[in-house]
Amino acid sequence: MSSRENILEAIRRNKLEDMLLPSLHFYEHKPEDLLSQFSHTLSGIGGSCRKVHDYEQINAYLAEARGKNSSIINAVEELTGCNINDFFNADAKLLESTEIFIVRGGVAVAENGAIWVTEKNMGNRLLPFLCQKLIIVVEAGNLVFNMYEAYEKIAIDQEGYGVFIAGPSKTADIEQSLVIGAHGPLSLDVFIMENQFG
Amino acid sequence: MNQNVTEHSKAAAQFLKDENRAAWHDETLWFVRAKRDKAAQQLPEWESLREMASAIKAHTLAHLDEYLLIFEAKAKANGVPIHWAADAEEHNRIVYSILEKHKVKNVVKSKSMLTEECGLNHYLENQGVSVVDTDLGEFIVQLRKEQPSHIVLPAIHLKKEDVSNTFHEYLQTEKNNYDPAYLTKSARKVLREKFLTADAAITGVNFALAETGGIVVCTNEGNADLGVHAAQLHIACMGIEKLIPRAEHLGVFLRLLARSATGQPISTYSSHFHRPIKGQEVHIVLVDNGRTQQLGREDFRNSLKCIRCGACFNTCPVYRRSGGHSYHNSVAGPIGSILAPNLDMRKNADLPFASTLCGSCTNVCPVKINIHEQLWTWRQILMKEGYGGFVKKSSMKAMAVVLSNPRIYKFIGKVSRRLMQRLPGLVNNKLNPWYKNREMPQPPKQSFNEWYEKNKK
Repeated sequence: MSSRENILEAIRRNKLEDMLLPSLHFYEHKPEDLLSQFSHTLSGIGGSCRKVHDYEQINAYLAEARGKNSSIINAVEELTGCNINDFFNADAKLLESTEIFIVRGGVAVAENGAIWVTEKNMGNRLLPFLCQKLIIVVEAGNLVFNMYEAYEKIAIDQEGYGVFIAGPSKTADIEQSLVIGAHGPLSLDVFIMENQFG
Repeated sequence: MNQNVTEHSKAAAQFLKDENRAAWHDETLWFVRAKRDKAAQQLPEWESLREMASAIKAHTLAHLDEYLLIFEAKAKANGVPIHWAADAEEHNRIVYSILEKHKVKNVVKSKSMLTEECGLNHYLENQGVSVVDTDLGEFIVQLRKEQPSHIVLPAIHLKKEDVSNTFHEYLQTEKNNYDPAYLTKSARKVLREKFLTADAAITGVNFALAETGGIVVCTNEGNADLGVHAAQLHIACMGIEKLIPRAEHLGVFLRLLARSATGQPISTYSSHFHRPIKGQEVHIVLVDNGRTQQLGREDFRNSLKCIRCGACFNTCPVYRRSGGHSYHNSVAGPIGSILAPNLDMRKNADLPFASTLCGSCTNVCPVKINIHEQLWTWRQILMKEGYGGFVKKSSMKAMAVVLSNPRIYKFIGKVSRRLMQRLPGLVNNKLNPWYKNREMPQPPKQSFNEWYEKNKK
């Protein structure tokens, strides 16, 4: 018998008593102001969040960054200078010098500051991890209370890959001292777009 | 694996010799436990989340064969082949055969306690494959040729001076620069280069979803993603108990995992892998290595619910004061002490005794494993099977005689009280293990029985 058959057979031999899958029930009260909870949680985990009214405000921010000679990869179509098409198949060596990557996020979770970013959003799976500074644009309407609400709103296998990102990369592996910026981005800025039509 | 292990109590005594370091270890882990408490208390429904998580795991374990088959079919449909390994040896062989097919020379690995359990690094290095552990803590212990001492905080046994010296030796960092930010940045430079040049990435798995055939990997550093996305080949290794039925259940587990582990609301990255990109290959290795046997042990079955958060380590008074290496097992701490005897009773017979049975582990466990009760049950089995050792066995026998015979009990009590009053040196000496780090109590003048006889009116 193969190991596959052996393992399955060994499990069946134990004849475990059936246990019903529990129904999931959550009773915490949704706060009225999701944005302030999200913003508070995000700053607690090393990210920052600002409210904007339209894409022009983000464009102005990017123009300023561009002025400082930053290399920017932009995956948000509605913004000036969206150039992700040039990087769909780029490899890690090419992308390694990316200073800023700006990407659209899906649901954003108030209780833990996590934002769902899919392969379609990012264009290239490496970019949210290889860039030095990550910027995520989230529509205010996509704010949800907790993880349970988040999973209700997304289909995790709709695309080949998706990730909840909560803050910049970090580590406390040396004497429990928190260092922001482990192997991935050194910072995370989130723009919350109030008007989804920009 | 080395069969000549030092017993936990002896290794712990060694650990405690450096008093300052041991005190630091104790306090730092307690601080992590306090952070966990704060995070848990922020969720009013914390206790019901624990109940749900435990019940979801119980259900999944009861139908593990069915869920494994659904998972396999879905993963295959996603273009991800599934391999089945009966034990550590087969797991290592499978991983190497995939690497060999792709002519892989350099592997980057993100944290995976399973590959530690299987001794994969050692195996691959013997085959001429270079493996770099990319979690910062694991990278540090790998450079030092040590094992992780904690499943979430692999280098918690080290001080920044140790890390600085290690990095100075291997990465040529500045001597005596102890700044954690500087040291982290130095490792970042080296490891980002490793990510760019590796041929393959190996990761562990935090959760596998039967319904969609996908896997979820959680890191704070982003090291799993950097490795996987930069390489042509990704091998994910998981124990068969990592399965959960559906995405909605992730909502429960991801709310519990990081809060229990470090007090964070969630890990920085919770990555959901379903299908590889064009040109990339993904393989998943499902490993038994004693898990089906543990599933058959009714008293210990629940230990398979473990999500490897490490909360039981941080709260354990014995772990905090003995360090992870004294457990001589890839998973240390209270949970490791109930998993290890399943794999090798003789070698790990000391571990269930490395506990005060205070029950704190059970209280913090996010999936409600009755850890301290299982430790106690293991003790009974180990004594019955003859793994208790002569001293423990004969002293227990003597105690049973004394406690079951009131006359002997009274007599010995009286004699002992007198002796301890007149000759305290008889018990306050090095031959008495209870005297270590403790003062013996003052013997009372009379026993309770004597007092009661006098005062019963």
